[in-house]
Amino acid sequence: MDFFSRLKKGLGKTTELLAGKLVSITTGRLHLDDDLLEEIEDALIVADLGIATATGLIASLRAAVKKKEITKPDEVRPFLRKRIQEIINVPYTGTMAGAPHVILMIGVNGAGKTTTIGKLASRFAGEGKSVMVAAGDTFRAAAIEQLAEWSKRAGCEIIRHQAGADPSAVAFDAMKAAIARNKDVVIVDTAGRLHTRTNLMEELKKVRRIIARELEGAPHETLLVVDGTTGQNASAQVREFNVNIPLTGIVITKLDGTAKGGALIGIVNETKIPVRYIGVGESAEDLQPFDAAAFAEALL
Amino acid sequence: MFEQLENRLSEALRKVKGLSQLTDANMADALREVRQALLEADVSLDVVKTFIEKVKAESKGAAVLKSLSPGQQIIKIVYDELVNLLGGQKAGITMAPKGPTVILMAGLQGSGKTTSTAKLALHLQKEGYRPLLVSADVYRPAAREQLTVLGNQLAIPVCHPADTNDPLAICRKALAAMKGENANVLLVDTAGRLQVDEDLMVELEKIKKEINPAEILFVADAMMGRQAADIAHTFHQRVGITGVVLTKLDGDARGGAALSIKSVAGAPVKFCGVGEKPEQFEVFHPDRMASRILGMGDVLSLIEKAQEAADEEEAKKLERKMSAGDFDLNDFLKQLAMVKKMGPIDQLMGMIPGVKIPKGASLDNGELGRIEAIINSMTKEERRNYTIINGSRKERIAEGSGTEINDVNRLLKQFAQMKKVMKNFKKGGGMFNMPAGPGMFGR
Repeated sequence: MDFFSRLKKGLGKTTELLAGKLVSITTGRLHLDDDLLEEIEDALIVADLGIATATGLIASLRAAVKKKEITKPDEVRPFLRKRIQEIINVPYTGTMAGAPHVILMIGVNGAGKTTTIGKLASRFAGEGKSVMVAAGDTFRAAAIEQLAEWSKRAGCEIIRHQAGADPSAVAFDAMKAAIARNKDVVIVDTAGRLHTRTNLMEELKKVRRIIARELEGAPHETLLVVDGTTGQNASAQVREFNVNIPLTGIVITKLDGTAKGGALIGIVNETKIPVRYIGVGESAEDLQPFDAAAFAEALL
Repeated sequence: MFEQLENRLSEALRKVKGLSQLTDANMADALREVRQALLEADVSLDVVKTFIEKVKAESKGAAVLKSLSPGQQIIKIVYDELVNLLGGQKAGITMAPKGPTVILMAGLQGSGKTTSTAKLALHLQKEGYRPLLVSADVYRPAAREQLTVLGNQLAIPVCHPADTNDPLAICRKALAAMKGENANVLLVDTAGRLQVDEDLMVELEKIKKEINPAEILFVADAMMGRQAADIAHTFHQRVGITGVVLTKLDGDARGGAALSIKSVAGAPVKFCGVGEKPEQFEVFHPDRMASRILGMGDVLSLIEKAQEAADEEEAKKLERKMSAGDFDLNDFLKQLAMVKKMGPIDQLMGMIPGVKIPKGASLDNGELGRIEAIINSMTKEERRNYTIINGSRKERIAEGSGTEINDVNRLLKQFAQMKKVMKNFKKGGGMFNMPAGPGMFGR
């Protein structure tokens, strides 16, 4: 199965909800009147784009109708598809040039950080890169063992300390070891934390500081992992983490099975931070670099 | 938690509160605000529609209560409907009528099943039950180790048959192990699964058949979006859930999930997780949550927490002293120790009506520790009569407690203010009538 089919399959629920609904609303309607626009807005809200994003899309739709850019109800879907693609197309501009390229993974509890690291490690290893992972989640019971299992599967090295150890010490050792052993990629795991916990944010800042001190320009990527089933709280997570630890991108997991593809649009619209990877299934191949055009195409 | 929803709703309801007459127009206004607030809080559209319709119908047919203004009456109706939506009465665990009780935990990946399983076991142990833990999650790496580590930390027995990777066999072995472990409740953790994963849903059905659970708890992340209700509904159709555990409620999630799940899946929220520590786990009270959402504060929860932690005799003694006005720093120290037992200060403060914790304020137990250190560095005489503490005494106290003179000054000033306030409320005592003024614990 190629990636587009995987994407289409993973987003099936959202497509059903959004595209299906739009088709059923517009079919048989002759005019683009206020009633129709309101129904479309409701459909966008139900698809979890968020009130602000839904209102914005409807406003631009209304303007286009006024300027006679679109005149028929069945032009609504292509119009929204194009607008949505523009919104979510915030490209990632970094390169993999770092030696090593350091990726710091952060997020709330249960978002899927460790699993995503496992899949990314497999991906990089498959591209022939030498990978090291750092077991920086020293808080949650058996998180280290979980990452160790993933590193075994990906065939990469792991730097680990005892449970309860200082996560920045783990990051320090990983940086030292990766530089000494000429690794291509280092991925640093961290414990899940709610974005409202000020003291835990400080801990994260320290981890980042240590990484930056050991290698100039590192971490090259700081990725926030967001659970795709999260509702309107997702934007708050992105904002709060970004204030404390500047993010270079977002990873959205578990987009399959739930009709939550719409939330991604709201998140990017409100935060303008690029989506780097999305997860649309359980297997390692289901975690893929984000492609705005393909996403919009699969969605609408 | 629920804060944003709370703000929106109290805003909407403040508007109606003062109204002496309800008209269709001002009712519609208020209800539109309520609708918007619920929608923004991830409550599913169907649930919102039903909710608004119910409130409308109730308001029209409501008998006019003499003691309430029409505006207040609307608030009461919204409150009653919210309580309904949240699950009506509080609901605990139903134990099996005879023989051992089995509790099955299920939910999506990352919702907090394993942590909640351990927390619930601790909760039941406190209530006098003898729990046994087992994990049937053979898919996520180290999931079974996680539960074993948690069980060991809490001194709760864990069944961990290392010789099999079959969830059903694991469950059978755990059931058989109950007698040997002298356990009467078995808590079964399962792998996270999406409701559309047919293989895993079939597995869940098989597990249910194998262990015949008295309770099937659906573990849901409070941050979950509008889909929460649908997902819970699917789980309910497949295995019949009897209750919900709502996790990560200590964040700023708007909590729409909690509002939808009951009305769609029919299962009440029974417990909620409110922090990372094992004891940060509570019975869910729909009525209190509703008053909290409406900005009435969660006074009952607070009092219950206090009763759990505080030695009642001690509290009464302090109360008498307070109203008599001879409350000294020794008493203050005792009071601090009780407050500390009750849990993190910021959580407690959130329950007091009208108290909003400023963002970024450090209302942690560390601050309490500092205050304790300062008082502990005082002589007996100083603690009895703080007015004798002069400059050189302050210097000694600051050095002894590892703090700054400023810290000592601030504490003394706050204590003086507190005494003044206490004198003013000799009637109607109780340690929680103490006003928690700004800067009381914050820096």
